[in-house]
Amino acid sequence: MIVKLRNPDRQLDLAGPLRVDALVKRCGLHPNAVLVIRDRDLLAGDDTVGDEDTVEIRPVISGGAG
Amino acid sequence: MKCTRCKSRAVVDVPRANAHFCGGCFTDSYVSNLVLKAIKHDDMCSRSDRILVAVSGGKDSLALWQLLTDLGYQADGLYVGLGIGGYSDRSGVVCRDFAETLGRELITVDLEEYAGYTIPEAAKNKRRPACATCGLSKRHVFNAIARELGYDALATGHNLDDEVAVLFGNVLRWETDYLSRQSPVLESTHPSLVRKIKPLYRVAERETAAYCVIKGIDYVVEECPLVAGNTQMKFKSALDALEEASPGTKHSFLFGFLEKGKELFPPDGVELRACTRCGSATPGEVCAFCKAQAILVQITARPTVEVGL
Repeated sequence: MIVKLRNPDRQLDLAGPLRVDALVKRCGLHPNAVLVIRDRDLLAGDDTVGDEDTVEIRPVISGGAG
Repeated sequence: MKCTRCKSRAVVDVPRANAHFCGGCFTDSYVSNLVLKAIKHDDMCSRSDRILVAVSGGKDSLALWQLLTDLGYQADGLYVGLGIGGYSDRSGVVCRDFAETLGRELITVDLEEYAGYTIPEAAKNKRRPACATCGLSKRHVFNAIARELGYDALATGHNLDDEVAVLFGNVLRWETDYLSRQSPVLESTHPSLVRKIKPLYRVAERETAAYCVIKGIDYVVEECPLVAGNTQMKFKSALDALEEASPGTKHSFLFGFLEKGKELFPPDGVELRACTRCGSATPGEVCAFCKAQAILVQITARPTVEVGL
């Protein structure tokens, strides 16, 4: 799977399938601090990301009131 | 995982509420109800009030503008261009496009034209961090424009995580003056001050981001290039670790303070008067914004600009 990370923009290529919560942990991120998005749709922690999927892991923390 | 409310497929986990929601129940029930609860509980505004929403192009302010509009409030937007290169250019475009989609008025102010400096130029002042000057400048402009245009309230997109991080920092440093002022509503305590409200203070930061994704709001995901590593980001990161270990910690910390702790820090009762330069409320002769502006205009070697539109 292709995993797109933001701020700064970068990309990982990981083997799937993986549960979303496991993917977030694999990337060393706090589940409270990110959203996982596939084709503009949100994924929940127990959703599965397939080996052929592309997902974005979007940070949600900002340094001020955005 | 099923939606706690309607049992269809859930897309958002909300561990602090021990709940999961589908997109529709999350945006139109959970988040909307948190905002309505904030407005009613803290008597923030009525539907006959004219509200000015400070928008940056980020998730919180755009979600707030959408929510207030959907809930039937008269909310216009105010965008302040901070002069942070392509980041500000993109933010301005996002705000203008969003205003058009929403069908509401957007007021735009360019900080360089208004005050004579940009935020990257302010970063050259080593006596005050860029984020502090940015906050001071925006607070001044928001209030001045809301006052000049006769708005009843100024709404900002401060969410639960913002309020918790500020509280955390103020407790770590025992900033008793700031603790006495931390509130979801800041009443006008001087004729020059417009009432300030924070209708998102019950909504977590991850929840405003999820709201935007579900609603298809194309907010600016990119972080301000000047904000990297700022203190509030570090506090939020530490608080996220606590929240993960014990969901609901942030909520308990903030609401425990508002319900039980805040009364221990009464307002200092300092009398405010009008700044001799711009008329804004200040405890001294000249307000903090005018003092900072005088220094920054010198640093940037620009002629003094008269404050105002």
